[in-house]
Amino acid sequence: MHERDTPKLPDRPRLAPGVRLHFDTMRDAWVLLGPERVIETEGPACEILRRCDGSRTVDQIVDELVTLYTADRTVIAGDVADMLAELVTKRMLAA
Amino acid sequence: MTTPHARAALPAPLGLLAELTHRCPLACPYCSNPLALDDRADELDAATWTRVFREAAALGVLQVHLSGGEPASRRDLVEIVAAAHEAGLYTNLITSAIGLDIARLARLQELGLDHVQLSLQDVDAARADRIAGYAGAHARKLAFARSVVERGLALTVNAVIHRANIDRVTAFVELAASLGAGRVEIAHTQYYGWALRNRRALMPTRAQVHQAMQEVERIRQRYADRLVIDLVVPDYYARRPKACMGGWARRSLNVTPSGRVLPCHAAETIPGLTFWSVREYPLQAIWRESPAFQAFRGTDWMAEPCRSCALREVDFGGCRCQALAIVGDAGATDPACELSPHHPRMLALAEQDSEDADIHYRYRGRPVRAAVTATQTR
Repeated sequence: MHERDTPKLPDRPRLAPGVRLHFDTMRDAWVLLGPERVIETEGPACEILRRCDGSRTVDQIVDELVTLYTADRTVIAGDVADMLAELVTKRMLAA
Repeated sequence: MTTPHARAALPAPLGLLAELTHRCPLACPYCSNPLALDDRADELDAATWTRVFREAAALGVLQVHLSGGEPASRRDLVEIVAAAHEAGLYTNLITSAIGLDIARLARLQELGLDHVQLSLQDVDAARADRIAGYAGAHARKLAFARSVVERGLALTVNAVIHRANIDRVTAFVELAASLGAGRVEIAHTQYYGWALRNRRALMPTRAQVHQAMQEVERIRQRYADRLVIDLVVPDYYARRPKACMGGWARRSLNVTPSGRVLPCHAAETIPGLTFWSVREYPLQAIWRESPAFQAFRGTDWMAEPCRSCALREVDFGGCRCQALAIVGDAGATDPACELSPHHPRMLALAEQDSEDADIHYRYRGRPVRAAVTATQTR
């Protein structure tokens, strides 16, 4: 990976137009739906996605997950940044 | 012969292609719709579609693609979109934009439409309108695309690629980006229905395909931070077949305007298959038990070279309809695969068609030009 491949994260992450989180009762799982895309999510990933509503900063999302999982803030911050970067790369977060 | 055990192992479908009508103001020669179209009088009504959407959601379907023909030709499109959304489905409208005004688009958005996919025929209006067989279509499509984006709706631009526009793949992506699309499909023509009939006028040369594939790779990097670019690959010049539909009766269903349920868009070209209708059976029974869905499901139907191939559960033997069209046997290996004994013939067909200097399209529902008739017997 080159430096330039690490995408810039939005200040207040929000799912892109046409992307939404959906609870699939048949599979008993949250799925992220987008144009020709179905991505299964679980546990922490889902908790992050549910908070990408444009109202929270990345720090606030991290704070809420630290409380939720009573986990180390550095670890959670790393996980959140990784996941948001992946969503940006897949064009699933609003610019 | 569906044992309870086999039923449990059957995966749930993810997608439903709902062909609301075969009516369409355009007559694109690359259309993969069947040569014999369903009549308006036979179209399912909105109440039946509502039931189908509920049954689809209960079966595990997550996304519905409202298609056609032109879905906006249905006066009850608003009701149909609302029903799809209420069933909990991700609702994608596949449209030419012709016949869909902004007031109706706004209503669809209010009722939960998730995504719009708009077809463009070229980047240049005169060329695009000639392909669509409809004067003024391109300008209306561009205006519509801007309205979709202004309203905050997600937009995909779909560009079907063939000999007359393959040299402008990069320009297609640039145009889509300038319109604010989030996604572009560079979809090389798949030769079924009208496209198969027009193959001689549509097939690009091998050199053009090679160039276009390289262009897509370059422009993907250039637009990585702005657009998703999805590619539907041209398989006549390929070495391996596409995993058509992700495998027969494995991931999605296709409901025709009059209610027949198909494992894929072109399945009705295959003789001897029995299709069940949503008018007579619940969708779940059709998915699990209908003869057409069972015919090529899994790998038991395969002959050699597929049967012992390490990739048999990767590409599922390719496309049944293409095997029928080229080899004359829907149970044969897709001749796009270089392991098929018919592969050289398929390649030769493509090369021969691509060398035709004249481009005469046979448009659906329009008189055939004399110059075209002369080529029909080949």
